[in-house]
Amino acid sequence: MTSENNVPLAVQLSGIVKRFPGVIANDGVNLIVRRGEIHCLLGENGAGKTTLMRILYGLYQPDEGEISLHGKIVRITSPKAALAHRIGMVHQHFHLVPTLSVEENIVLGLSEGTGPFLQLKKTRKKIHQLAEGYGLEVNPGAKVWQLTVGQQQRVEILKALYRNADILIMDEPTSVLTPQEVDALFGTLRTLVEAGLTVIFITHKLDEVMEVSHRVTVLQKGKAVATVNTQESSKAELARLMVGREVVFRVEKPKAVLGERILDVAGIHASNDRGLPALRGVSFELYGGEILGVAGVSGNGQHELSEVLTGMRRATKGRAMLEAHDLTDCSARKIADLGVAHVPTERIRVGTVPAMSVRENLILKSYRSPDFCKWSILNEKAAYENACRAMKEYEISAPHDGTAVGNLSGGNIQRLVLARELCGSPKFVVAAHPTYGLDVGATEQVRKVLLEQRSRGAGILLISEDLEEILQLSDRVLVLYEGQIMGVVNPAEVSLEEIGLMMAGTHRQEVLA
Amino acid sequence: MNWESWIIETVSRALIYGTPMLLGTLGEIYAERSGVLNLGVEGMMLVGALTGFAVAMRTGHPWLGVLVAGCVGAVFSVIHAFASITLRANQVVSGLALTFLGMGLSGVIGRAYEGLPLWSKLGKVSIPLLEKIPILGPAVFQGQYPLTYIAIGLAILMWFVLYKTRIGISIRAVGEDPATADSLGINVSRVRYLCVMVGGFLAGVAGAYWSVAYRTAWSGGMTAGLGWIVIALTIFAFWNPLWALGGAFFFAAMRVLSFRLQAWLPPELLNAMPYILAIVVLIVVSRGTLQKQMGAPSALSLPYTRGED
Amino acid sequence: MKMPSWIRVERRPAPSALTVLTVSLGAVVLALLVAGLFFKAYGVSPLRAYGFILKGAFGSRLGLTETIRRMIPLLVIGVGLVVAFRALFWNIGAQGQLLMGAVAATGIALFSGIPDLLLIPAMFIGGFFAGALWGIGPAYLKVKLGINDVITTLMLNYVAISIVEWLVYGPWKGITQRGFPRTDRFPDAAILPTIASTRIHWPTLAIGLTAALVLFVVLKKTRVGFEIRVVGENPHAAQYSGISQTKITILAMVISGGLAGIAGVGEVAGIHYLLQNPLSISLSYGFTAIIVAWLARRNPLAVILTSFLFGVLMRGGDVIKVSLGLPFELVDVFNGLILFFLIGSEIFIRYRVRFGVRREAA
Repeated sequence: MTSENNVPLAVQLSGIVKRFPGVIANDGVNLIVRRGEIHCLLGENGAGKTTLMRILYGLYQPDEGEISLHGKIVRITSPKAALAHRIGMVHQHFHLVPTLSVEENIVLGLSEGTGPFLQLKKTRKKIHQLAEGYGLEVNPGAKVWQLTVGQQQRVEILKALYRNADILIMDEPTSVLTPQEVDALFGTLRTLVEAGLTVIFITHKLDEVMEVSHRVTVLQKGKAVATVNTQESSKAELARLMVGREVVFRVEKPKAVLGERILDVAGIHASNDRGLPALRGVSFELYGGEILGVAGVSGNGQHELSEVLTGMRRATKGRAMLEAHDLTDCSARKIADLGVAHVPTERIRVGTVPAMSVRENLILKSYRSPDFCKWSILNEKAAYENACRAMKEYEISAPHDGTAVGNLSGGNIQRLVLARELCGSPKFVVAAHPTYGLDVGATEQVRKVLLEQRSRGAGILLISEDLEEILQLSDRVLVLYEGQIMGVVNPAEVSLEEIGLMMAGTHRQEVLA
Repeated sequence: MNWESWIIETVSRALIYGTPMLLGTLGEIYAERSGVLNLGVEGMMLVGALTGFAVAMRTGHPWLGVLVAGCVGAVFSVIHAFASITLRANQVVSGLALTFLGMGLSGVIGRAYEGLPLWSKLGKVSIPLLEKIPILGPAVFQGQYPLTYIAIGLAILMWFVLYKTRIGISIRAVGEDPATADSLGINVSRVRYLCVMVGGFLAGVAGAYWSVAYRTAWSGGMTAGLGWIVIALTIFAFWNPLWALGGAFFFAAMRVLSFRLQAWLPPELLNAMPYILAIVVLIVVSRGTLQKQMGAPSALSLPYTRGED
Repeated sequence: MKMPSWIRVERRPAPSALTVLTVSLGAVVLALLVAGLFFKAYGVSPLRAYGFILKGAFGSRLGLTETIRRMIPLLVIGVGLVVAFRALFWNIGAQGQLLMGAVAATGIALFSGIPDLLLIPAMFIGGFFAGALWGIGPAYLKVKLGINDVITTLMLNYVAISIVEWLVYGPWKGITQRGFPRTDRFPDAAILPTIASTRIHWPTLAIGLTAALVLFVVLKKTRVGFEIRVVGENPHAAQYSGISQTKITILAMVISGGLAGIAGVGEVAGIHYLLQNPLSISLSYGFTAIIVAWLARRNPLAVILTSFLFGVLMRGGDVIKVSLGLPFELVDVFNGLILFFLIGSEIFIRYRVRFGVRREAA
């Protein structure tokens, strides 16, 4: 079938299934993209958008289902094959070599049959033609590291166009752009489709969807929930489609007994690893005995927030007070000593030393204390007893305390991290994606532990991509979008639609209006 | 001695002395540009020196000796390439192992050749018309080994290839950002193997120059640290073949002048200059923008695997 | 590399000690077998050659003591390198640090005017500091500017060689040496005592053995050792747990540079009794010690064994030179082969091969 309502189809994905160990990333997804349209793929993290496009681009092979391009069934076995089918992709992290120039990057990997020599004049002419034709201003001789992010993105687009792409996939392209650059990008996209190209645009930002797309497909937990004409829909409807679902289980939660104010965060600004602003004036308070959830699509500043509050990243502006102590300029060690627990996102890469034993990992932060260290010598007996206790209390399943942590399952590693961080009754717990990748049993246990800490009077900052988890465990929810707080809400009183809107860029006031 | 003949003598001797440095450095530049650190240069040079000598002596053809020396150097370097690229072993250690092996094999096998004379050596030549140019003529075009001119030509050619051809772009991409190169269909392993072998070939040729042209003799360890100078010179040249040209002859000139400058600076300390300067260069390019413009290839000495966590 | 679907290559998260041991031994054995082929190519029976080596190393009192004296600098430097490598500080500059230790010892022995009784302790202390200082530069450049420690330590080797050459050709040239590039002989009080009539300068040996034991305990049982291990195993976790990488790197450098310096003191005050042409002093001890440390798989006590092994090989080289006429460079062949097989074998430690089809996780 080449057309639907007599509009030619560019891409048709039918029944795409893709499984990874423990998760179904795409569960029978159907996608129809018409030629000459800007089609948005909307969804939260883990919805399966990027996986689906990676299948289209040949980076993954689908377990089931088929792909049709312009009506013909094809198999796309690699990015090279995708390019041969005239599909181009602009990734979130650009595939550009910083020390090479624009034209060198565009030409990289191409063998145009002109022998080993660069026909730079010809290249430059073609780049110029493309740039003019689509309004992509760029200096071919400039080195990539000298360009702004927006300009680099243009180079990526030109790269695809140079290879005759007529279907362009863009993965979260605006996450690194300034508002002006976003406008420029949208202008470019409109020019491209007017010239007959097709654009598929992955995003979680509702404003953008409304502004630039013709049609949008919403994905949720691996399934395609709906496809609508943007004009005929609204942000509210899309938000509902994006997050609305049956709630799977309810967590038993005693009423919150709030204690003193533990944390006072005022106007925190911070940059991410690439030097771009990640937090732009974040202010909130945390009280003892409550769980404050941080909702939002990954990449909107949550990671940087957890790092700033635990001393692993310096804030560029603002202040965070833990009771009477100013955390902002403290080292990670000092903050840990002050009674702050950190359950990090990457439990293996950052939170543990896989080659060292369970016993040693359990004292990774407390080894300096007199309990475990006298006159610089480690007290092995104390460490052993500590390990036995922790393993029993947190049900860490390992052959013995000398087992290397790398040999444990994900769930047991997380139990170990919790055991370590939560012993010593910390006042403030930063829990970043604590149940990510864990099986049902371990997930239950982790949530139970967090609630216990809450009952004990600790203040917990819970960061998670699992919206359900946040809504069920938290007493209050803070929504982060592009480094700013969109609103702080009571999960019992807020609707999923409202949260969805906030996560996708709408301020609370506008939502309520 | 008037200053004219002083210049002529200095430049002339610098060219002779600097040629093997240049050859070795050009090869190492390519290897490092593709992201592979090869500390085995000294070993490969010694193997090349022995091979060149032995082949020249037995066949009576010095040029054949040079060629075979290069090939042997290339084959030898494959061991390092295999360990570093395919097995992803620690490149530093692998390079050192290559040096040991090269020093050992050449020392043992070469015992039989020590002290033997070489009749079929690579002689000096002079370029007919150009040698008549005042000062420049006798300095540069008279009484030089042909390999010197080949080396200079190579420097220019290799510079051109590195910066102006597709192959060169691929090499540089592989050394800076192998993940990106890989995603664009470039075979990272293949490019690295080739570059390491180029390095091995040129190191072998440099070694052969030493034994077949310059010294016309073989003795164990005769390259005496030349390989390590090459490593320093690669950095000093900012990984650029043309600057290697200047750098090699500059260091050679310093060596040649060291006895003259004895009054001001002990010659032994002057010998330390290449190494100190290399460190200085590293300090200079450690700052942000300079690093990008002129610094080491970003992926240098990091093994590449596709998408491993 | 593409494998058929019923062969899987998996990463080992934490290789067991047994795995490491078997694989390492296997590598050494393979290397020696290949070296055996080399002998064969020379028309010498490998068995005969290895027989000579073993006899030369163990068969006589002279042999054994010579083996041990070869082992001493390898032990001392190797222990230091184990600590450095454990902290991810790639110290390739032990050759240079050894030489600077030798320079310090020479300076103190010949020119310092320190009373006789204190001379030897002063030389060791001076040598330690000289070696440590020679390594501080690269350590500092690494932590402050992120400059590659391999290159900086390597380059300083040759600067050290130049310094020694300058000294023995110039200001320190011995009056009694008839124009040879050597310093004067050390006064008797600066010469290290040896065991009976052997060349085993036991103070250095004692320092080496003590260092091996002490550093083993430090790494295993002390707070600092714990921090070094965390930094070396997982720098991210080190940052997370608040360990200062700067402090650890500098400490590792001081220990390994200092120990290399002590090895230098041992060579000039225990074997040569003067300072001369640098390569005669340092041979390739600094580089060979890298193999010693690597084979010891980061365990300071194991260095005692591995340095002994390489001492045997070096003594073997001496013996074979005399009995079979093969040059001493043979030892370099051993070294190179062993090192190659060692690093080649690491892939068997890091990964394991599993047969059978993987079942989906339930």
